[in-house]
Amino acid sequence: MALDKSEVKDIAHLARIAIDEDKIPEYASSLSSILDLVEQLQSADTDNIEPMAHPLDATQRLREDAVTESNHREEYQSIAPATEDGLYLVPKVID
Amino acid sequence: MHNKTLVELSQQLSSGALSSVELTQHYLDRIRQLDPQLNSFISITDELALGQAKAADERRAAGSAGPLTGIPIAHKDIFCTKGYRTSAGSKMLDNFISPYDATVVEKLNTAGTITLGKTNMDEFAMGSSNETSFYGAVKNPWNTDYVPGGSSGGSAACVAARLAPAATGTDTGGSIRQPASLCGITGLKPTYGSISRWGMIAFASSLDQAGPMTQTAEDAALLMNAMAGFDCKDSTSLNREAPNYTGELNNSLEGLRIGLPKEFFKEGLDAGVQQVIETAIKEIEGLGASVKEISLTTTELAVPAYYVIAPAEASSNLSRFDGVRYGYRCDNPTDLEDLYKRSRSEGFGEEVKRRILIGAYVLSAGFYDAYYVKAQKTRRLIKNDFDRAFTEVDVIMGPTAPSAGFALGEKADDPVSMYLSDIYTIAVNLAGLPAMSVPAGFTAGLPVGLQMIGRHFSEPRLLNIAHQFQQATDWHKQTPEAFTK
Repeated sequence: MALDKSEVKDIAHLARIAIDEDKIPEYASSLSSILDLVEQLQSADTDNIEPMAHPLDATQRLREDAVTESNHREEYQSIAPATEDGLYLVPKVID
Repeated sequence: MHNKTLVELSQQLSSGALSSVELTQHYLDRIRQLDPQLNSFISITDELALGQAKAADERRAAGSAGPLTGIPIAHKDIFCTKGYRTSAGSKMLDNFISPYDATVVEKLNTAGTITLGKTNMDEFAMGSSNETSFYGAVKNPWNTDYVPGGSSGGSAACVAARLAPAATGTDTGGSIRQPASLCGITGLKPTYGSISRWGMIAFASSLDQAGPMTQTAEDAALLMNAMAGFDCKDSTSLNREAPNYTGELNNSLEGLRIGLPKEFFKEGLDAGVQQVIETAIKEIEGLGASVKEISLTTTELAVPAYYVIAPAEASSNLSRFDGVRYGYRCDNPTDLEDLYKRSRSEGFGEEVKRRILIGAYVLSAGFYDAYYVKAQKTRRLIKNDFDRAFTEVDVIMGPTAPSAGFALGEKADDPVSMYLSDIYTIAVNLAGLPAMSVPAGFTAGLPVGLQMIGRHFSEPRLLNIAHQFQQATDWHKQTPEAFTK
């Protein structure tokens, strides 16, 4: 399974990671070798086998719909890169 | 005093022969003096440690000390520690001061342990050599040209060099057991869900599991008693009563049935490692166990299945690092997309980016069934394979890693060769089973670990087997001379 340059660019965009143009061949090559390794899965006979998401097949636990957490906004925002009036700041999105 | 086990130190504290402040200062001095040669710590938390030690001595004087009160330990830098940096070995979190304690840290603090510092690790626990850390590689105390293993390489190296009596680690595909093997210490990866993942920075949530890294099985059992238990803050925490992990240590091994998977002993296994493992298993046979060859036919499917499931979960988990709420943010972003893309590409290292990209690819439209669903089905085949084996035997044994170790830089440019060094450990995480690595001997001057894999919830039995083996051997007492004379 070999990935070409444009596929690497598409995946990088999906993952919101910027890759320098000159590094793309290197990524294409290492990602392709990982996908070659993964390709061995095709030899497994998985007919009639249910996919397994949890080692003990446990399901999501439910709880009462009640308030359990107290407000930590100031504490959590004290480690944010940029905040103002209790809001997280990002570059302007709408003109 | 640094060659004493946690249990021995606990007795000394309890008899009054030693105070926690003295003990803590001794380890802090050793870390300052010796760790520059190893780089096993990212942060040394002197002030926190001495404050906790003073409180532990007061608690003991008041008559309310437990077995771990006043015992210094180190935490892998993946566990959040309130008010202190928790980096996960990444530039992304170099400036992250955690606003809360992980449940593991909170439980150990409550038991009275002292936090000496935070240990080095592969970035976001992605690696088998500790070379992907933003803070530089850790060196193996037995030979500083060699890797200590990973991802819990700092925890393994600091316990091996006796810079801490014990440390916490995490294991997603072998990250406790493989470095324990390469550094000559004891490591336990518990049954999935036994120890809370809350406050433990997520890599692959359906595989991640915390555990103790210690000199002996008895020490690991003592730490397990404090670390394990249900936590409502972890959605996959098991809602069942934790067993008494020290309760079966002294049981006899008479009648124990050991299975040796023939797939673990074929080509690819270093001859020196094989010899150590075979000798160790004979020793356990001598304690009353019987041995039989078994087959785990899915062994070769484990690494490929893992490298779909783990990157898929990682790409989802690591999407939270967006340069907005915490962690690294790039300078002068032009727009929101630029903010996301540059913060992530500048903040993450190469291996982490590779795995995020693989994860994004296998989860993308058109490929999901061929990769992700196929890997999840294969995961069930692997679990069924173990279930079948455990109808015939009580414990599965073999090497923890295919070689005693490798040199720094040897596999750094070849991710697939690095991935294959986890061939014996990865299936255990996919099946959610408990497993240990126990020091079993040496080859070419490097320690070798014996891996023991048990049924779900069989930790007390695994600890019993490891403890009995350690009563009969002294491999776990060997120390790297340069660091322990």
